[in-house]
Amino acid sequence: MAVITAGRLENGGAAVRLHNLRRTFDDLVVINRLTLDIRAGEFLAILGPSGCGKSTLLRLIARLVEPTTGTVEVTPADLKFHTAYVFQDAHLLPWRTVLENTVLPLELMGTDTAESAARARAALAEVGLAEAEVRYPAQLSGGMRMRVSLARALVTQPKLLLLDEPFAALDEITRFRLDIRLRELWLERGMTVIFVTHSITEAAFLADRAVVLTRKGGGIKMDRRLALPEIRRNELRASPEFGREMEALLAAMEEES
Amino acid sequence: MRKILGRVVPAAIPLVVFMVGMEWLVRVGWIKAFLVPPPSAVFNTLLRDWRELFTALAKTSAGALAGFALSATGGIAIGVFLSSSRAIQRAFYPYAVFFQTVPIIAVAPLLVIWFGYGMRTVVASAFIVSIFPVIANTLSGLLSTDPALRDLFRLYGASNSATLWKLRFPAALPQILTGLRIAGGLAVIGAIVGEFIGGQGLGSVVDVARTQQRTDKVFAAVLLASALGLALFGFINLLSRVLLRRWHASEQD
Ligand SMILES: Nc1ncnc2c1ncn2[C@@H]1O[C@H](COP(=O)(O)OP(=O)(O)OP(=O)(O)O)[C@@H](O)[C@H]1O
Ligand SMILES: [Mg+2]
Repeated sequence: MAVITAGRLENGGAAVRLHNLRRTFDDLVVINRLTLDIRAGEFLAILGPSGCGKSTLLRLIARLVEPTTGTVEVTPADLKFHTAYVFQDAHLLPWRTVLENTVLPLELMGTDTAESAARARAALAEVGLAEAEVRYPAQLSGGMRMRVSLARALVTQPKLLLLDEPFAALDEITRFRLDIRLRELWLERGMTVIFVTHSITEAAFLADRAVVLTRKGGGIKMDRRLALPEIRRNELRASPEFGREMEALLAAMEEES
Repeated sequence: MRKILGRVVPAAIPLVVFMVGMEWLVRVGWIKAFLVPPPSAVFNTLLRDWRELFTALAKTSAGALAGFALSATGGIAIGVFLSSSRAIQRAFYPYAVFFQTVPIIAVAPLLVIWFGYGMRTVVASAFIVSIFPVIANTLSGLLSTDPALRDLFRLYGASNSATLWKLRFPAALPQILTGLRIAGGLAVIGAIVGEFIGGQGLGSVVDVARTQQRTDKVFAAVLLASALGLALFGFINLLSRVLLRRWHASEQD
């Protein structure tokens, strides 16, 4: 445990500062006057009803969408290629093997070197897919495809990991397993994680801090620090403190839907 | 072997039934032999005139294949060019559509004036008739790339050419192959039309046999032309199988 904590401090993650952020699509205001500070190495869950602008917020942070007004500040500033993004579906390249899919980011960044394959193998091993590297996505289950997608995100050693409802399409047991693995990876690597989800249970289980967005106008309804242990196991799901956090999040969510 | 038989036998049954039926209908006199020759007569002609017919087939094949190769490379290149921006599409796509609407029979005499009697006219005709489906399918394939994957490529700073060759082109491949499949059949038709007006091959054999009331020979030539079309189709299917086998649902059993 002490070792893990030391590792976290060494690696560090990126800090994200959103200031007065606003984004509209034609007449539709999706994000409005949103100010949020995300500390380096934080695990933040973003909750909110469907269509409230969660994906847009994540895309703003990844600079896939430009703000209408306001600023997104990520520090350290040379962080362009240290951001990784995981989508709701795996979105692998079907004509590439598992290993070739995992190498892809290194190839695109132009840092493809002799040890790229070794780095990709290491990332696959981290998500428990070491033996599947020569298979094609069509030959994998949904859960395995999502693991490949996660390995592809991890291969660049990102300092900021953005996930947009990544496990929503999976069965519950698979989802619980991946939740636990993601939390472990975060503890080991110390990157900043921003996790968008519909699921209150998932947000409470994973995160140290949860932000609930308002249904309309893309503001913040609630910003709560979760008082839960650092290492999370499935037993936690039945504990009273977990129930307390769930209740608080549920109350905020209910008012918004 | 079993697998091959399993594929060939079902396709052969309707053919055999049809042939036997035709033979019978002509023999009992319900269909006049000078209108539709009995299959046996067509077969005899194939044997008797094989030297002339197969020389013609070789010429038509060369013309159709050359036209097809040109429209495949040209069509893919034009599709890639058109996909590079919306402005370029607006400016040039209408002229690509021209290839689809041009009445080849009306234009063929012009081709003879431009290219003279012979192979060049035949190739040009095959090319004009077959390029549009390649352009249209390439373009639509290149434009329907998964937006999430485009975002992913953008996130890692991929260049335009990396995005084209590592993402958009391979993703468009199944659709490009569909375009090629259509183009193959059209190239054979285009070559025959070209030969009708200004070339030598199955098209001119048909033209001459027609004036001589030799319907058996017309049929023999048409049969060879369809066989050529089928062979080209089979070749593209094989190509598609090799390229897509590992990853695309259309080629997995
Ligand atoms: N590129 C775009 N052009 C126009 N409108 C958009 C665009 N992207 C998002 N929107 C609109 O912005 C609103 C918020 O979309 P967003 O995808 O961010 O919501 P979300 O909270 O992620 O929803 P969900 O939970 O269903 O994924 C929606 O009304 C959507 O239609
Ligand atoms: Mg969303």
